Amino acid sequence: MSSAAVAVRDLEKVFSRRKGLVQRRRRTALKGVTFEMERGECVAILGQNGSGKSTLVRLLSTLLLPDGGEATIFGNDVFKEARKVRRLVNRVSVEASFFKKMSAAENLAYAARFYGMGPRETHVKIPIILGRVGFPPSRRGEAMENLSRGMQQKVALARALLTSPVLLLLDEPTTGLDPRSKQEVQTFIREIRERHDSTILLCTHDMKEAEDLADRVGLLDRGELLFLERVDEVLDRYGADTLEEAFFAATGREFEDEKTEEDEEREVFA
Amino acid sequence: MSSADVTQAFTRRRVLHNELIGLYGVVERNLYLTKRYFLWDLAFLLWTIANTLTIVFISRGVDLSPAEQNELATKLLVGGVIWAFLGIIFEIVTETVAWERWEGTIEYTFMAPVSRPVHLIGMGLYAVLYGLVRASAVFVAVAAFIGIHVPNANYSAALALLAIASVSFIGVGMMTAVLPLISPEKGTQLGFVAQGLMLVVSGVYYPVEVLPDWMQWISKISPATYALRGIRDSILNGAGLAWDDVWPLLVIGLFSIPIGLLVFKSGERYAKKHGKLKRSG
Repeated sequence: MSSAAVAVRDLEKVFSRRKGLVQRRRRTALKGVTFEMERGECVAILGQNGSGKSTLVRLLSTLLLPDGGEATIFGNDVFKEARKVRRLVNRVSVEASFFKKMSAAENLAYAARFYGMGPRETHVKIPIILGRVGFPPSRRGEAMENLSRGMQQKVALARALLTSPVLLLLDEPTTGLDPRSKQEVQTFIREIRERHDSTILLCTHDMKEAEDLADRVGLLDRGELLFLERVDEVLDRYGADTLEEAFFAATGREFEDEKTEEDEEREVFA
Repeated sequence: MSSADVTQAFTRRRVLHNELIGLYGVVERNLYLTKRYFLWDLAFLLWTIANTLTIVFISRGVDLSPAEQNELATKLLVGGVIWAFLGIIFEIVTETVAWERWEGTIEYTFMAPVSRPVHLIGMGLYAVLYGLVRASAVFVAVAAFIGIHVPNANYSAALALLAIASVSFIGVGMMTAVLPLISPEKGTQLGFVAQGLMLVVSGVYYPVEVLPDWMQWISKISPATYALRGIRDSILNGAGLAWDDVWPLLVIGLFSIPIGLLVFKSGERYAKKHGKLKRSG
């Protein structure tokens, strides 16, 4: 495949769930998704809930196996060379996902061990990385369950950065955060872009966030990637003034339209 | 040695170093959790002691001489302790998936660059260490409460046999650990079923000879059979490690670990194919 940082070609994913004793219900989560990302680029993938964004992130994180197509990350086949890929990638998802009784420092240490970082190394690096995300030193030993959602999401960002990933997958990192925490997380993502050599794939349903943070914006709708271009190119192509208008022009639906039963099933499956 | 060989050797050393740190990380994390859930663990230990007492007290209600009562109590106590030990091994190894799914960390652990055997063996290692401490505590507490006299007991042989049996227990535990991956709702319960079945056929509170023929046949491939027989002999009669108990455990361990890993790998593949790794609950 190509020399791009991320190269995805014809990626397909279908989920099926049992319906009754014999029948199985099948829903296509991704349909022939193809795109490339350059090193150091930030690409935002927009889409409603159930559009396939999380499925795409899970496939690139080696957490799912595809039903078709291929993907490489820095030349490594995501599905055949999963362990090499895992060393290069980390992820922040919508749920902060920690051992709730353990502290931020303990959770980070656990994650770091899997990347070969011993106690001496984490003893130095964890306070630094937590300091960078604005985590108060006095709360490092506090159980995660006592921290706010915004604070937990900062620790999630610290966890991802601790392993120095060359590809950072951000799956709705600001969803559900209060406006202040959301802004802090977005500022930190900007900082990562400026200070690190990271390539970032940001999945979000926040159009403003996508426009503000990304070099290019893609639209994933019901599993299909309708476009992936610079914002001005998208607006030009659809003769739109905003990304909402472009979404309407591309799909014939409002971005916040009510979902069909099929959309909701896709959301649950994906 | 060419420079390519040197690079390769360095890479191998680096990989091994990272895997060992990963192994340490699994044990360390479990220590953190034990520390955080200390009171819960203490309550569970007291429950296990009470539960074992209810079994061992049976010996005091039968019409036997004091010496025979003491022997029966010891046999029941060993059964209860092994049940508790095996319960811990299965619980912790099965929790490799179940607990992480509940906490929502499973995807982060499964996308980390540590090998699955190291991850599972780390869980097994902690389970054995923790299980040994708990089993010893249950044994001492119940023996003291009931007043069991085992002056000839060979504790080191009993512990050594338990450690050897643990390899097989971990292998079987790995096979059951895959169940929550395949069925998030029912997997953990199926692990308990597997544990119960293993003990039923292994003579946990009775000699295997009282079982129906087909169950006796199954008891031959259960590591708990040899662990129970050998440990009872060591505690009651002061016997050392008996080869008759050791070799079947070594053979079962030799097969159960690779089979356990293979089963887990297949389950992981199935889960990735069908999207079952995703957090639920």
